[in-house]
Amino acid sequence: MRDVAIVAFAQTDHLRRTDELSEVEMLMPVLHQVLDATGLRTSDIGFTCSGSSDYLAGRAFSFTMALDGVGAHPPISESHVEMDGAWALYEAWVKIQTGEADTALVYAYGKSSPGQVRDVLTRQLDPYYTAPLWPDSVALAALQAQALIDAGDTDEAALAAVATRSRTDASDNPHAQLSGAVPAGDYLVQPLRTGDCPPIGDGAAAVVLAAGDTARALCARPAWIRGIDHRIEAHGLGVRELTESPSTRLAAERAGVFERPVDTAELHAPFSSQEVVLRKALGLGDEVRVNPSGGALAANPVMAAGLIRLGEAAARIHRGESDRALAHATSGPCLQQNLVAVLEGESAHA
Amino acid sequence: MPKEPVAVVGVGQTKHVAARHDVSLAGLVREAAVAALQDAGLTWADIDAVVIGKAPDFFEGVMMPELYLADALGAVGKPMLRVHTAGSVGGSTALVAANLVAARVHRTVLTLAFEKQSESNAMWGLSLPIPFQQPLLAGAGGFFAPHVRAYMRRTGAPDTVGSLVAYKDRRNALKNPYAHIHDPDLTLEKVQAAPMLWDPIRYSETCPSSDGACAMILTDRAGADRSPHPPAWVHGGAMRSEPTLFAGKDFVSPQAGKDCAADVYRQAGITDPRREIDAVEMYVPFSWYEPMWLENLGFADEGEGWKLTEAGVTELDGDLPVNPSGGVLSTNPIGASGMIRFAEAALQVRGRAGEHQVEGARRALGHAYGGGAQFFSMWLVGAEPPTG
Repeated sequence: MRDVAIVAFAQTDHLRRTDELSEVEMLMPVLHQVLDATGLRTSDIGFTCSGSSDYLAGRAFSFTMALDGVGAHPPISESHVEMDGAWALYEAWVKIQTGEADTALVYAYGKSSPGQVRDVLTRQLDPYYTAPLWPDSVALAALQAQALIDAGDTDEAALAAVATRSRTDASDNPHAQLSGAVPAGDYLVQPLRTGDCPPIGDGAAAVVLAAGDTARALCARPAWIRGIDHRIEAHGLGVRELTESPSTRLAAERAGVFERPVDTAELHAPFSSQEVVLRKALGLGDEVRVNPSGGALAANPVMAAGLIRLGEAAARIHRGESDRALAHATSGPCLQQNLVAVLEGESAHA
Repeated sequence: MPKEPVAVVGVGQTKHVAARHDVSLAGLVREAAVAALQDAGLTWADIDAVVIGKAPDFFEGVMMPELYLADALGAVGKPMLRVHTAGSVGGSTALVAANLVAARVHRTVLTLAFEKQSESNAMWGLSLPIPFQQPLLAGAGGFFAPHVRAYMRRTGAPDTVGSLVAYKDRRNALKNPYAHIHDPDLTLEKVQAAPMLWDPIRYSETCPSSDGACAMILTDRAGADRSPHPPAWVHGGAMRSEPTLFAGKDFVSPQAGKDCAADVYRQAGITDPRREIDAVEMYVPFSWYEPMWLENLGFADEGEGWKLTEAGVTELDGDLPVNPSGGVLSTNPIGASGMIRFAEAALQVRGRAGEHQVEGARRALGHAYGGGAQFFSMWLVGAEPPTG
């Protein structure tokens, strides 16, 4: 495998609404930031890949316009996944592994404000038997949370502590949508209170990947991707053990998470209860710094939130605050699909 | 370390029709996947990862359908990627899957693309404008017709060329049991007499709306050695994109298409595509795109593409058969249409194209495009493994 690193990361300030901005306008600042940080121009980039979902904008082919933000002429080698940007990063990583590219620009964006995101996400479900019932994302997460409580894996106080820690940590994150002390709040769907649930908002993120010496030339301390893998589980909630995340566990094994301890973990857990599931699957103890950015409980721009976990983990390595970090992204109801990556700073590898 | 050679060892398609009322989305995709596994002599257990593609989720009204389809495609416990690059998606999806093998991330990958247009309404799915953005207009024909007209004006092509393409592709489709449109009574006169939809595009020169899926099994050199049938080898593959609208864009012959073809030919060592390529599966949703793409892909000089079509060069028994399967004009499950091009190219060089087999086909091009003629994906496959 080629050594590939995240060498730059940028994200927008995440906001409840950005009515005044088109997707392209929201995206352009972060694209410019990562290009400026590396000194690269669009024409220097070997491969470009993005992640988004048409359903947020409420129209087909929304992503085709986003390409305007890249300034893609002369034409570029480019692809798009209708998934979180974390999977776009994976596709870009594979492309670099083939040797056909040495650098990649990866971006993701999501505007939840044009619609009702809880309703929109119900359209992910089995279209014949489940979607017609409109079970929303919070209700499904609440089923998972209740299963965890029933299994003795957590309780409401512990969930509230996760929310409090996340939003306290988010105080140091100027991009976070919510930060500071937050009361547990009323039940949104029992047993989840508003504090256990992610904010709804708009945002975008971008990273630059580079291989080997190119990465070293572009970044003082590249965040090397030592392993990356993703796995999916069955769709039907009735055939899954919701208190476990076998796909996260398997992806982590394949990514090499368990070979050495990590010091940081950026987990894409939109609900406090999902952090409990992920910690168990990943075997994370209290010594691991979990979601120092505040995580998805502080800002959850759908489609970008997973890429932001990779970016936040990389940024800590860039800043010398972490030597070996885990980054995780999820997709689908109740953690159906999960991606895990291990990032390391140079000194940790030596 | 050089890339791992990638082989196509399994191809599966559904019979494409206007509406498959007898299967769900899951049933449709599974049918194609099982057919591809059978062709490859493999089982679900042999598959390391699944890469799935389709055109907009709005076409069926299911957001991120890969989540719901994971079970039907045997993906549980495996990696599953979902690609969406508009009309080029079927080709892009195959290339993403091929890269997984080429990079030695996985050894054997199932890739699949589908569209079940009868579950919803594609015209509705394409007609949801949001403020301050250029809509693709109601349906694709309205967007592409002016560019066809521009081609005719630029090249002086007579207005009879489009109907020749439709007549040829629909006759080829009669030899392809999976093709959607089978009209045994077709005549050139009937094609020419069809009503005008978007001048100069007649109803008979447009693609149908189909339900269908196409799947391929891609594997490494060791996997190819175990294949019960001859594999097709990937000699080159590329994607290129440019924005939908910008000053200076050439809608008749987009730079992204030229660059994409040039990259594929470079990888495959092709210097004279007209002579060195034996069959082409080209994305032709409206008949005039055959002469247009003949030029864009380097098979004809600028302004000369229509002459190849008119001279019969692109007929099934011509010197450069284009769309021996019947093409998108005969079968259009939108998200799958690009992958069908790639898969049909593979069938040709495997010698497994049945009645629409091009005799002695050794190298074939699969081509797809999408969006406002802005996304391109292509691959060139051969009967022999790549050298070097």
